Amino acid sequence: MADPMRIRAQAAGDKATVRILMAHEMETGLRKDTAGKTIPAWYINEVAASLNGKPVFSAEWGPSVSKNPFLQFNIKGAKAGDKISVTWTDNKGDKRTDEAAVS
Amino acid sequence: MRHHRTLLLAGLLLAAGAAQAQKSAADGIAEYRALLADGNPAELFEAKGEDLWKQKRGPKSASLERCDLGKGPGVVKGVFVELPRWFADTQKVQDLESRLLTCMSSLQGFDPKAIADTAFGKGEQVTLEALAAWISGESRGQRMNLPQAHAEEQRMYQLGKRAFYFRGGPMDFSCASCHGEEGKRIRMQDLPILSKNPGDGVGFAAWPAYRVSSGEMWSMQRRLNDCFRQQRFPFPGYASDVTVALGVYMGVNAKGAVSVAPALKR
Repeated sequence: MADPMRIRAQAAGDKATVRILMAHEMETGLRKDTAGKTIPAWYINEVAASLNGKPVFSAEWGPSVSKNPFLQFNIKGAKAGDKISVTWTDNKGDKRTDEAAVS
Repeated sequence: MRHHRTLLLAGLLLAAGAAQAQKSAADGIAEYRALLADGNPAELFEAKGEDLWKQKRGPKSASLERCDLGKGPGVVKGVFVELPRWFADTQKVQDLESRLLTCMSSLQGFDPKAIADTAFGKGEQVTLEALAAWISGESRGQRMNLPQAHAEEQRMYQLGKRAFYFRGGPMDFSCASCHGEEGKRIRMQDLPILSKNPGDGVGFAAWPAYRVSSGEMWSMQRRLNDCFRQQRFPFPGYASDVTVALGVYMGVNAKGAVSVAPALKR
């Protein structure tokens, strides 16, 4: 079971800045372990965010994104109290969804 | 006239360019850290550590909430800046991690020796990393203030000092070879002077830290272990007396420095 994300969203003016930290190994599939065996690829390949249930952001990621990635974006028109939900899916089909309220 | 002015402007631009090129590697690293500070993945470990502190775990299925880190059972805020310190129940000076080992064995029933022998980043060592990240974070912004009232604490300071200046290994290195004077570095990293207070959020006041290059959370024990490795010294042993003594030495020297742990490192 994947560890939770850290989501912070702060409204300023007519937009909200969303900052997300995800806990993930993000293995490229190119590294080798101490025994010389290739470590299988394991990375997030889809990230999606919604505001009050309405999709506002989606991204396709690959193995070049760092371990424990950090993502930041703005949402126009988001106000304090709005609910932001973020979901990632990795190449093994594992999923994690976390929610946060805009402050 | 106009032509002249253009030339002058070009000259100024060149000068500005040169000034920019003189920006030191340290400035570049500081800039990089500032960029990442907003999203320090150490936060992920802090959240995990808080959860692990409250979770019932181990053979005795107990949480660590009764663990005494120096300010009474269960008190976490502000303990980090006063460790290592003397503990009457174990009759020892202990740093954060050796103390956590004590709690994990007495409260939860884990075998401390088995955990100490586990490689960093594996098994219960992962638990310790997360706990150290959270507990240090609960003292963020406070000033280092290690107690030196007990005779054992003073003895450990002297021991740490000896260890700090002890030269050995195939390279005839000591900690002081790299951390004893101004202007030393390893590759591009400026090294802090640890024989005095290196300043706020530097040296002892900056660990545990998340290392971006390896994507790992490093505790003070792991940091020291790697210093020993770089000196080509044998592995000092997790939570061993020499590591605690070095902690006392660095911590007391850093008195008054603001702790930024868990920090972010390249």
